[in-house]
Amino acid sequence: MSQSTIAIPVFPGTNCEADVAHAVTLFGGIAKVLYHDETNLEGIDGVIIPGGFAHGDYLRTGAIARFSPIMPAIEKLSQKGVPILGVCNGFQILCEAKMLPGALQKNVGMKFICQETGLEVVSSSPITSRLSQGTRLTIPINHFEGNYTCDDSTYENLVKNNQIVLRYTDNPNGSRDSIAGICNERRNVVGLMPHPERASEEILGNSDGAEMLRSFMDAVVSSRMALPA
Amino acid sequence: MAVYSVIVHVSPLPGVLDPSAAAVMRALPALGFDGVSNAQIGKIITFDVESNNIDSARAEVDEMCQHLLANPVIEIYSIDIAPANESVSA
Repeated sequence: MSQSTIAIPVFPGTNCEADVAHAVTLFGGIAKVLYHDETNLEGIDGVIIPGGFAHGDYLRTGAIARFSPIMPAIEKLSQKGVPILGVCNGFQILCEAKMLPGALQKNVGMKFICQETGLEVVSSSPITSRLSQGTRLTIPINHFEGNYTCDDSTYENLVKNNQIVLRYTDNPNGSRDSIAGICNERRNVVGLMPHPERASEEILGNSDGAEMLRSFMDAVVSSRMALPA
Repeated sequence: MAVYSVIVHVSPLPGVLDPSAAAVMRALPALGFDGVSNAQIGKIITFDVESNNIDSARAEVDEMCQHLLANPVIEIYSIDIAPANESVSA
């Protein structure tokens, strides 16, 4: 099979696209950095929405970005089962776009947190398929609004459908049930606050994120095989 | 068409933890202000809007809130609206 092409949408204020593009290349994909006004996603096999401060995060994180012309095209891909990953601000955008349930609000303690954080794998998903349940990882976080919040019925659904993908081992931001990452019911859209691309090779001092990104590339290949050519 | 002045109040959904209000509630006693409870920190968004009448203006602003100005997952909102030449009560 030919290499998979991963779209990396960039909004004004996105700042992690180069790291994500480097990681995609590292794990055998072709990284295609696209501006937020792109509406043609033909030939795209997967999407990673990178971190940053899209549209300055004015009003709320991701609130303006969700109305970018590229978003309906991403949603269309997600409806076909194409793997979509949102990292940090990408997670916030996916929640605002209602492609994932809940919302990310200000950290308890009102501090911007930039540190390595312990995670535990809770369920299998496009970013955890290579990792067994209970695996401990250390991945950096870098956010002010990472406090995952949802109402009781949304939370009960997340638990019932096994949609909690990752939990913090030492909840740094006040997230409900220490949630660090979730997926949609179909399990092809995933969002997480930690940055696996910043811990994806030995030279960075931490490669715990590598298996997460390899899992994502696996999911992209499986989705290509499942989709009609 | 008439112009209407709008004030949208956005506040945290009751029951949702409000970290900014919690910080204020901790800071006030430290400054000697005791007896403060139930703090909430939200946003006030003001603008003028053109519409046929006040009801259509209100419906349009409600839609703006649902789509963009508030996130119903974590926030509630209320709308004050009046003809632009009258003052809107905050």
